[in-house]
Amino acid sequence: MAEYIKVNPMYQDRIEEVFQTNINPEIVLEFEIHENDFVNSGKGSAELKVTIKRLGVDPAIMRKVAVAAYEAEINITAHSRGGVMTSNIFPDYVHIVFQDRGPGIEDLSKAMTPGFSTATDLVREMGFGAGLGLPNIERNSDIMKLDSAKNESTKLDVIIFFH
Amino acid sequence: MALSVQTLIEKIEITNLTPDLDTSKTVIENGYVSDLLSDVMGSAQENQIWITIMRHLNTIAVASMTGIPVIIFAKDIIPEQSVINKAREEGIILLTSPLTVFELAGKIYSLLKV
Repeated sequence: MAEYIKVNPMYQDRIEEVFQTNINPEIVLEFEIHENDFVNSGKGSAELKVTIKRLGVDPAIMRKVAVAAYEAEINITAHSRGGVMTSNIFPDYVHIVFQDRGPGIEDLSKAMTPGFSTATDLVREMGFGAGLGLPNIERNSDIMKLDSAKNESTKLDVIIFFH
Repeated sequence: MALSVQTLIEKIEITNLTPDLDTSKTVIENGYVSDLLSDVMGSAQENQIWITIMRHLNTIAVASMTGIPVIIFAKDIIPEQSVINKAREEGIILLTSPLTVFELAGKIYSLLKV
């Protein structure tokens, strides 16, 4: 498995904590994402947005969460055999895990390059596939971790702090 | 300067596709032109009008995630009723105009920059 990780230096000291598995989130939202289902793709992000809005999260932060989550949902819809989006909401951050069922990313550094895309014509007709999804996710995340390999499943961790 | 959507409708050849939403209270300060949805999510700002020819349902989701309050379709493009319904649900105003993207951008720009 290859790994790509990006960390906002402000939150460098929180990495170990956010990847611990023994802390329980206050709220967990789980959504199934289906291959090529562009009609329902985005529902998980919309629900997450509404939930953190209710918690009083700043609108600018809310926007970062919504954009990163929606791009990731679209990626699973457009490029994978489907997967699951799990949003773990903690008092001062959200940790969203996107786990798909393959077929995996062959070259992570290429995938992270703005403008690079393997999208099909169908995806492009939908207005996506410009090669900007992962760069958008990276820009809106405080911590982003992408684990994948060819013929494997892909796991994406997106962590965004509320303050 | 900022402009209410209502003023825009009065000054430019525009049809409102969501007449039950209040156009006098929604104010735009700027605009963004693109048909690439990730480009819009990456670069458009809140309180901008989005000029596009992309009429798919995902357009509404992108506007909602990005905080765009109003979308204007160029070249008389009208999305399917299900897309209009979704926009009403989300409180996003949908407009359409016979003008091209270029003409719309120019006219809206000059109204905003006076």
